[in-house]
Amino acid sequence: MSRSRGRRLGAFVFLSPGLTYLLVLMLVPLVLVLGTSFFQRGRFGGVVYEFTTENFGRLVDPLYLGVLGDSVRIAVLTTLLALLIGYPTAYLIARLPRKWKTVALVAIVLPFWTNFIIRIYAWIMLLNGPGLVNSGLKLLGLGPYELLYNDGAIVVGLLYSYLPLMVLPLYAAIERLDPQLREASANLGASAFTTFRKVTLPLTVPGVLTGSLFVFVPSFGNFVIPEMLGGSKSIMVGNLIRNQFLKARDWPFGSTLALALIAVLVVLLVAQAWAARRG
Amino acid sequence: MGRGRLLYVPFWAAYAFLYLPIAVLVVMSFNSGDSAYTLDGFSLKWYGELAADERIRDGLVNTLIVATGSTAIATVLGTMLAVGLARHTRSKTLDAVALMPAVLPDLVLAIGLLVFYGVIQLTLGLYSVVLAHGLFAMAFVAAVVRTRLAGADTSLEEASRDLGAGPVATFMRITLPQLVPGIVAGALLAFTLSLDEFVIAYFTIGNSEQTLPIVIYSMIRFGVTPKINALAAILLLVSFTAVIAGQRLTRIGESRAQD
Repeated sequence: MSRSRGRRLGAFVFLSPGLTYLLVLMLVPLVLVLGTSFFQRGRFGGVVYEFTTENFGRLVDPLYLGVLGDSVRIAVLTTLLALLIGYPTAYLIARLPRKWKTVALVAIVLPFWTNFIIRIYAWIMLLNGPGLVNSGLKLLGLGPYELLYNDGAIVVGLLYSYLPLMVLPLYAAIERLDPQLREASANLGASAFTTFRKVTLPLTVPGVLTGSLFVFVPSFGNFVIPEMLGGSKSIMVGNLIRNQFLKARDWPFGSTLALALIAVLVVLLVAQAWAARRG
Repeated sequence: MGRGRLLYVPFWAAYAFLYLPIAVLVVMSFNSGDSAYTLDGFSLKWYGELAADERIRDGLVNTLIVATGSTAIATVLGTMLAVGLARHTRSKTLDAVALMPAVLPDLVLAIGLLVFYGVIQLTLGLYSVVLAHGLFAMAFVAAVVRTRLAGADTSLEEASRDLGAGPVATFMRITLPQLVPGIVAGALLAFTLSLDEFVIAYFTIGNSEQTLPIVIYSMIRFGVTPKINALAAILLLVSFTAVIAGQRLTRIGESRAQD
């Protein structure tokens, strides 16, 4: 009896400060964003508290649908490339001797801990007109090409920033595999490729899904990388939201766009949970 | 065998992709010329220019203030949250809510806070960033400490209670000491995350102050200079040291837990 009361008191003492913080600075703001999306913008910025659903109507404007489509396209391409590079990398790391495994993993994560803006800056240096990539191409008698300020540069920047988030869950999934399964498959006469296709790959699908989500989410909502590496025509949904809040001063429509962003991510999360349960 | 070798192509490509830009960045920071593209010779002059740049110095001070403040909030509240979630409730919903700031896109958190600060008419400044960074850093500290709690031996806590120690004494003398490596790792994580954070700071800092990432961002928009490379090299060194120290710490914690 006294223990169960102590337990409730403990729950209150330990949980209430953190949960209050979460309530005030996360949940209340999210509700405010939801609310703002149903209001109108003032003529000189600011919010006019009159109910409207007009902002949601604007979402289906071909201009904004196009931006959403472009964002999905760029984020999907980034995710696929990350998978293509990340899977073999994670696979080999999982099969390294124990000592080298740690080194290889730390080396994958290390760049992730350096300043985000500086990592993008590095790519401006590399891809710019007189940058290293063009200098290298010149030695081969090629170029110079305009490598910066296009969708390709955005994909490279996103890939560079989020590749570790693909490798880690893949590594965790591959590492957990019982090596005997592969041996059994080989002993039964399956080729290395068949073993991979029928044993390794299906068993690591959860890792593939998690890694893809980890790369897709920050890529899709990004505004810094498209702004720094993309051209004037490449706008992603993140840039649109940023502009509504800090430039156009249309907070209601910016909030609506943010809700669209959250909606896409929620659909993905639900789909991932569903796929994980089925697999 | 031959086919297995083929896997090494994307493997090494991945590492080259990750480290080549960093290597170029560091090499160019020692350039004696004015270009960030062609290496003329070795010099440390850009490091000197960096030290003399007041905007960068102010940005660094602001960043350290924000990181220290938010780490303090995140470490205390995150640790309490982790203990509460692991020992005092079985609610999956609370678990999910506590992790949300780490999962939500930074842009969504940023505009949420901007709207919220607008509604309560808070003048933006360093403290609004401290509160914002404290929020997402708390989620990371809570996650790290929870992992540690999951591995901790509850029979020690039970023994302490059975031997007549009160809940406070049990927490202070049994639970907390076991958590120290996790708390330190969580605090390091929180500090590093805050140092590098750009998006939320950019939205919630207002017009009068700048953190270091914001200073770098506005410098880059005016063009590339080896001064940024010098700054990059120093920040790389700091981050790498922190990560490796954190790695060591967790490993010491783990080997102690095994003893």
